[in-house]
Amino acid sequence: MNPQFQLFPDQASATATHLDHLTVYLLTVAVIFSTLIFALIFYFAVKYRRRSGHERPAESGHALPLEIAWTVIPFLLMMVMFTWGASVFFEMSRPPDDAINVYVVGKQWMWKTQHLEGQREINELHIPLGRPVRLTMTSEDVIHSFYVPAFRVKFDVLPGKYTTAWFNPTKPGRYHLFCAEYCGTLHSGMIGWINVLEPAEYERWLAGGAGGESLASSGQKLFEYLACANCHRTDKPGRCPNLTGVFGSKVQLTTGETVTADEAYIRESILNPGAKIVAGYQNIMPTFQGQVSEEDLLQLIEYIKSLAKQPAPPAAGAARTAQRAEPKQNR
Amino acid sequence: MANHTLALRHQFDDVEQQKDASTFGMWIFLATEVLFFGGMFCCYTVYRSKFPVAFGHGSNHLDLILGAVSTAILIISSFTMACGVNSAATGAKNALVGFLSLTILFAAAFLVIEMSEWHMLYKEGLMPGFNFTYNEIDPGHVQLFFCMYFAMTGLHASHVTIGIGILATMAVRAWRGAFGPDYYTPIEISGLYWHFVDLVWIFLFPLYYLIARHLQG
Amino acid sequence: MITATVPTRDNYLTHEYGVKSWLLTKDHKRIALLYLASITFFFFLGGIFATIIRLELLTPPGDLVSAQTYNKLFSLHGIIMVFLFLIPSIPATLGNFFVPLMIGAKDLAFPKINLLSWYIYMAGGACVLYAMLEGGVDTGWTFYVPFSTSYANTYVILTGVGIFIAGFSSILTGLNFIVTIHRMRAPGLTWFRLPLFIWSMYATSLIQVLGTPVIAVTILLVAVERGFHLGIFDPALGGDPVLFQHLFWFYSHPAVYIMVLPGMGIISEVVSVYTRKKVFGYRFVAFSSVAIAVLGFLVWGHHMFVASQSVYASLVFSFLSFFVAVPSAIKVFNWTATLYKGSISYDTPMLYAFGFIGLFTIGGLTGTFLATLGFDVHVTDTYFVVAHFHYIMVGGTLMAYLGGMHYWWPKMTGRMYPEGWAKLSALVIFLGFNLTFFPQFILGYLGMPRRYWAYPEEFQVYHVLSTAGASVLAVGYLIPAIYFIWSLRYGKFAPDNPWNASGLEWQTTSPPPPENFEITPVVTYDAYDYSILEEMKVG
Repeated sequence: MNPQFQLFPDQASATATHLDHLTVYLLTVAVIFSTLIFALIFYFAVKYRRRSGHERPAESGHALPLEIAWTVIPFLLMMVMFTWGASVFFEMSRPPDDAINVYVVGKQWMWKTQHLEGQREINELHIPLGRPVRLTMTSEDVIHSFYVPAFRVKFDVLPGKYTTAWFNPTKPGRYHLFCAEYCGTLHSGMIGWINVLEPAEYERWLAGGAGGESLASSGQKLFEYLACANCHRTDKPGRCPNLTGVFGSKVQLTTGETVTADEAYIRESILNPGAKIVAGYQNIMPTFQGQVSEEDLLQLIEYIKSLAKQPAPPAAGAARTAQRAEPKQNR
Repeated sequence: MANHTLALRHQFDDVEQQKDASTFGMWIFLATEVLFFGGMFCCYTVYRSKFPVAFGHGSNHLDLILGAVSTAILIISSFTMACGVNSAATGAKNALVGFLSLTILFAAAFLVIEMSEWHMLYKEGLMPGFNFTYNEIDPGHVQLFFCMYFAMTGLHASHVTIGIGILATMAVRAWRGAFGPDYYTPIEISGLYWHFVDLVWIFLFPLYYLIARHLQG
Repeated sequence: MITATVPTRDNYLTHEYGVKSWLLTKDHKRIALLYLASITFFFFLGGIFATIIRLELLTPPGDLVSAQTYNKLFSLHGIIMVFLFLIPSIPATLGNFFVPLMIGAKDLAFPKINLLSWYIYMAGGACVLYAMLEGGVDTGWTFYVPFSTSYANTYVILTGVGIFIAGFSSILTGLNFIVTIHRMRAPGLTWFRLPLFIWSMYATSLIQVLGTPVIAVTILLVAVERGFHLGIFDPALGGDPVLFQHLFWFYSHPAVYIMVLPGMGIISEVVSVYTRKKVFGYRFVAFSSVAIAVLGFLVWGHHMFVASQSVYASLVFSFLSFFVAVPSAIKVFNWTATLYKGSISYDTPMLYAFGFIGLFTIGGLTGTFLATLGFDVHVTDTYFVVAHFHYIMVGGTLMAYLGGMHYWWPKMTGRMYPEGWAKLSALVIFLGFNLTFFPQFILGYLGMPRRYWAYPEEFQVYHVLSTAGASVLAVGYLIPAIYFIWSLRYGKFAPDNPWNASGLEWQTTSPPPPENFEITPVVTYDAYDYSILEEMKVG
């Protein structure tokens, strides 16, 4: 097939195939109805064309059964569109639990992607075939939108907020990445490539990079550099909450509200600590707004996430472990 | 009472239809104003439900006494306006001019209090864009509170100012004998506008001044 | 057969001469012509920008204009076409002219406000033009924040002020129509005897009055944020850029119904006249107009399925969006049914009506695609959306507008347009339009995003087709511009009722006298009652 006359883009993810099936349904309904209307108009226009100036057509006013029929039937067909569309949408909105996490930061006018293992790419993303990938995305400036037509995936990327998209690549190849939300002068230049590699090839690519540090490890260095560890101690109760295991847990605030400590919560706590204060603590944390970039924030978040998984440092006897397991004595 | 000719505009069949149309038109205009302010009330609602604590702190920095006094003044001005409409309906020209003037006076007093409140907030470093130095709890969202405060009270104040202009025009026309019991539609629809402006403030006052009063500033 | 006589009676055009008599007129018919001149100007200006855009897109790299110039071009094309052309077009020209005539009134309820509306519109337009000459704006007509508040370095506030001002014109026109239709109908003209154009104008006016203030306050907040650095939508202050999108689309979705409902009203009139039948399902069509106006306010979130609003909000908006499609479908079926056993003539207005029904069907169906959640994720912000709304706005509204202009031209000017040239240009427009915009559906599904100055090679063939179509379309629009002006001097004189149409506007002279009717009509019959016409002729 002449690639220049393609009508459908590559189907390179499972969702792409599902969506294209829905598209066929939509097109079928549209073709049937437009052909029907076009044909009727053409037929009536010819058959009932005016032949003399004295024609007096009989009035056919209205017909309730007809009105009901052409209200109900289209409505039912559209309800199929709605339900099917909603089901594909749910699929698009729910990343599977075993997805690989990749971070994306959009800025005027480039995409910066970060793998957990530490690889950073600009306007490119290498991923292995057959494993779902979850993107956690934010913007440094204006609203962008991460769009890969071949995967049928698109989601806006906003400043001050994390948004998520996911896909499961099913076909190796190189696929367009576009920015799909107008973002200024070089909006049409904010494009790149998603490279889907066979698993073996992907491992080679991972290893071949300039031995980067994992995100969590960079985050740990930053945590120490910014002196977070002075207050957020893990060895004994401090003036600030112990961050071990905090990611994903429920946190109670001074207002009585309970929130989940997700990426957005951690980010806000670093940039605007006074907004949500943990119950039993004072508002003494300084803000780091202006001192950390979006990428720095992602590294810190990854480090804090890793605190849940790290085993407790070898403690001198069980006493220490017991201390950590006790609820903190708040002051 | 001064002599005046009642002008029936050519597009209307009779005076009744003309009056009806004018009043209807003003109600539709007020509907547009509801939507206009409504957009901002919507922003307020969204932000307050997201940041109730910050909004509470912001509210505590507003002067409750001045706010209450200006509310009372505006309500009284609505009363004098209603008296004015009544005077027009009964043909009491001097009373009409008097009540219109009183309404204008109260409106002006409202604006003076409002401007002095703004000035005080400026002095305290609570005016975003010009002088915002608050740095206690959650300064970002408190700044948002004040952005909304100035935007909404500013929009309201502009409506009060326009209202003063309208009422002044009406007062001059009334003085020249343009109105009488058989024709006072402009007074009536000016009254509708004025009551609306008052009503907006009656919503603004509690939403900005009376929330979270139990919090410490 | 049309017989014509030289008009000897005084009509609204000959009643007074001189610039002042036009610029200070209170006659709704003259005000309609003032609007006609200005919106035609803005249409061609917006069209010039579209031409440059299509020329740039002939080749994949950005080689005709710079990136920022391109961004300004599509922004201004959108702003001018939406706010300065489409929104006022039918209401302020054909609506202003014919609403009083069709209900047997001497004028609108508030003629001075009508004139003020035009001046406000001109002031808004002048502001936008001034901003354009100073350097224009490059935010897109959608002004998304934080780009428009904190990053754009173009004339955002000035352009915003222009749109804000023009919005008041829209509100006042709507207000005028609502009061007029409620209070000034001729004796005997009950709601269900009204022509369907009036129903459409009424529904449109409801949207204008209730929706426009919201865009006004939104623009005001953007201007205030940009001008005084008050962070209302600024994420750095905890403001929410998505809140802007909610406020913006709360107006801008109903706005598209402001643009299409009047066109549908014209089609109802035209289909009836050129089939010599009542519109099938009159009450259904009338109620559909109101249903579209009401439901149109409930679906704005379908522009935001990937904007990070909650999945549940998206579900609700998708569901409701299918509801708003139903009344439009009802209208299409009813118009088609009107043709059945009619006496159909192929005059130019009818050709435009055929074009409208077909193209609006395609545009409307693609609208249901966009309401479908999973599908929308793939095609939102691509050329699919661009194709969809151009099918409705250009294939729909603009065709209806041209149909209405041809239909009512004899009444407005007392002259006939040249039928041969008119039919030819209708055909050229139809063909040019489809060639321009159909390939864009394919482009969109293939993944070509909107607002791209340069694009990957594989999309070129569709862009070339689209630009070729655009050049044909441009010719199609120029021909009527020329012959309409030509007809003012050289067109055949038109009789009072060249189409043998029912409707009060045809029972007065072509052109009408300043007072519209010499005697106020009294109505005792339904709309589109052609048998009555026979009786009136004989009697």
